[in-house]
Amino acid sequence: MARRRLAAFLVALGSAAGAAALWRRRSAKGKEHVDVYFADGSMVTFGEGSDEAARLLPIARRLLTTTR
Amino acid sequence: MDAAQALADLVEISAQIETAVLAEANGTVLASTLADEERAQAVARDAVELLQAAAGAAGEPVQLEAAVPEGSVFVVRDDERLVAAVTGRDPTAGLVLYDLKTCLRLAGENAKPAKKTASRAKKKNEEEAADGAA
Repeated sequence: MARRRLAAFLVALGSAAGAAALWRRRSAKGKEHVDVYFADGSMVTFGEGSDEAARLLPIARRLLTTTR
Repeated sequence: MDAAQALADLVEISAQIETAVLAEANGTVLASTLADEERAQAVARDAVELLQAAAGAAGEPVQLEAAVPEGSVFVVRDDERLVAAVTGRDPTAGLVLYDLKTCLRLAGENAKPAKKTASRAKKKNEEEAADGAA
């Protein structure tokens, strides 16, 4: 009985973790960001609210507007 | 392969790319999917500006993705050229970047043999001049 309860608890825990990861991934997808890649293979992400994003995103928006 | 063909292949291969502009590193447009030349020039200028604005302590960026709710802007560069592309919302960034790098490589393949041919012709002329002098 205790084993069955433990298994049910672990399944519920795993499902909750999976759902949380999926939700986090989906909500991050629509957010504004800039990913910058360098020659040495390094990459940096500037998210909403950062100084770099505030500098780069208006240029990107202007470029997008030009193409549409 | 010339710049226009490389860009045509890119748009054909990558369904996510809506618009693309291939330009020299200084922003001079080589080929574009936009019919309007001025708009293509403006896109190339903004792409150069994005790369310059993204440069920092880590050095010059080689590629970037800027994502906003209206869509994403990708810029990839090598030593001589850059390619800028626009996609819709939430693109598969890895695939788009791979396709853009392939486009740059193909566009570069056209320029390199031409240089080789030119240097070979120059060498041949020098040899002929030396033979003539002897």
